[in-house]
Amino acid sequence: MSLATASAVPSQGAVKSRSRRIENGLISVFTLVACAIWFFPIYWAFVTSIRSEERAVSAGAGVVPDEFNLSNYVEVLTGTKLPLWYWNSIGTSLIITAAVIATGMMCAYALSQMRFPGRRLLYGVVLACFMIPAQALVVSQFMLMNDMDLVNKWGGIILPQLIVPVVIIVYKQFFDAIPQEMREAVLLDGGGDYTLLWRVYMPLNWGITTALAIITFIGAWNSFLWPFLIITTENQMTIPVGITQVNDAFGVFYARLMSVALLGAMPVALAYLIFQRRVTEAVMISSGVKG
Amino acid sequence: MAVIRNRRREMVNAYVLIFPFVAIFSLVFLWPTIEVVRLSFTNAPLVGEGEWVGLDNYKRLLSDRLFFTALKNNGYFLLLTVIPTTLLALGIALMVNRLKGRMQAFVLAIFFLPYILPVSVVTMIWSWMLDQQFGVVQPLLEMVVGKRVKVFQNPYWVMPMIALVTVWWTNGFNVLLFIAGLRNIPTELYEASALDGATKRQQFFKVTWPLLWPVTALVLTLQLILQLKIFDQVYLLSQGGPFNSSYVLLMLVYREAFQLNHGGYASAVALVLFLLIVVVSVLQFQLLRLGGRR
Repeated sequence: MSLATASAVPSQGAVKSRSRRIENGLISVFTLVACAIWFFPIYWAFVTSIRSEERAVSAGAGVVPDEFNLSNYVEVLTGTKLPLWYWNSIGTSLIITAAVIATGMMCAYALSQMRFPGRRLLYGVVLACFMIPAQALVVSQFMLMNDMDLVNKWGGIILPQLIVPVVIIVYKQFFDAIPQEMREAVLLDGGGDYTLLWRVYMPLNWGITTALAIITFIGAWNSFLWPFLIITTENQMTIPVGITQVNDAFGVFYARLMSVALLGAMPVALAYLIFQRRVTEAVMISSGVKG
Repeated sequence: MAVIRNRRREMVNAYVLIFPFVAIFSLVFLWPTIEVVRLSFTNAPLVGEGEWVGLDNYKRLLSDRLFFTALKNNGYFLLLTVIPTTLLALGIALMVNRLKGRMQAFVLAIFFLPYILPVSVVTMIWSWMLDQQFGVVQPLLEMVVGKRVKVFQNPYWVMPMIALVTVWWTNGFNVLLFIAGLRNIPTELYEASALDGATKRQQFFKVTWPLLWPVTALVLTLQLILQLKIFDQVYLLSQGGPFNSSYVLLMLVYREAFQLNHGGYASAVALVLFLLIVVVSVLQFQLLRLGGRR
């Protein structure tokens, strides 16, 4: 019976597999076209940025790059406060990342491994953090920063961005997965919780630490609303806020604007392209879809 | 005795470890949350103290047409983004999922790339793309509607276009979640259903779709919360205009507090937004829990 069907089917199966292959091929082509459309705005910004201002807005300028002119980049790097904004962005984002990772790891360790009164309450608070929209607090946060004299200062940019509850949750999940015997053994040997965290739990979780650090850094670099509110002097601005000033200063000089835009995106784009798998992993784990 | 000492030592150590987080949280989250409630009952300016005015701010809110315009625009924006981006992301994820190996990684990276760009970079690129005179997209618009459009200065075009830019910017995140969801579906299910003679179509509706539902619910609710908080793109592309046709709640908060110096009234508006988002978040939490997620 099975032999009979097997011999009767092949011709039909071959036809089917061919049409399946054509279908697959068509879908692949379609996917690539969609992908190209999706990428086009970034490509177009790049093409514009390496053209002269006149060429960028001339009617005959096609979608193929016909000029390779880096003068826009030179001009905006020397003619605007871009280097200063880089410094502010890199400085604040690095401090935010380091502080978020350190405080998150410590807090997660206590939540995961230790017993103390208030532990459940703290966990509840961390979960509640997810639901608190920081954007709705900007007015009172601004007043607080003003009282602390932190307006137009790095401290003012940094402080409200230090609460990233997802870091605690993810660390807690990873720490929970480490067998309790490990901790008990070290404690019996006379080691304390600090040694444990520093010598065991942290080294065991470098992978997730890197992943969390990268997405925290990208998030801090990209944050717009808060730095926009707390900084009013050009010298203290971060990249996402500063580059909008160039917009105002240059008016419709699109070629220069596109080089500013791409320069502003470069550090995070590089971080993403270098650590692509880590970023993907971190996004998936921190949304709770995986892990 | 030693046990008691150890217990106490563990407690002290634990408090030392949680102190930095708790201190920062209390200062920049808890206190401002309490403050925003108190301020909403005062006529405080942005800097300095105000007087207790009871429910005045809320009465004003109910007679403020701009508040209702903003509320309506927030709703309109949700309609324009949440479901479209979820469907689009699902479609892209299904397509990307069929590719293999390096090709898949590459295509996924391209779709995800816009998500890691700063918002102002995104709006600069799209202002250029959509510029009325020189924008590369304008010939396309000309073909469809017969003329070039100043999209961000046109009351009918402004919200859909901001939605388009937002979807382009944030869609990669949703694609990634769907990809993760698709990878979590055991391949045996497809093999088994294929052996049973299920068509591709049946496989999608009987296997993929039900198993993907938790991720879909997650994407939908995350988007709902995210898009309720919209401000950046609106401020950068249209500043709420023209004729307030893209005015949203957070824009109202910003203008009242930081431009008109009405800290108290802005707090009342912020509190409404706060409560809206908390309600949605609680619903999300319940929904996901019912969906069988931890």
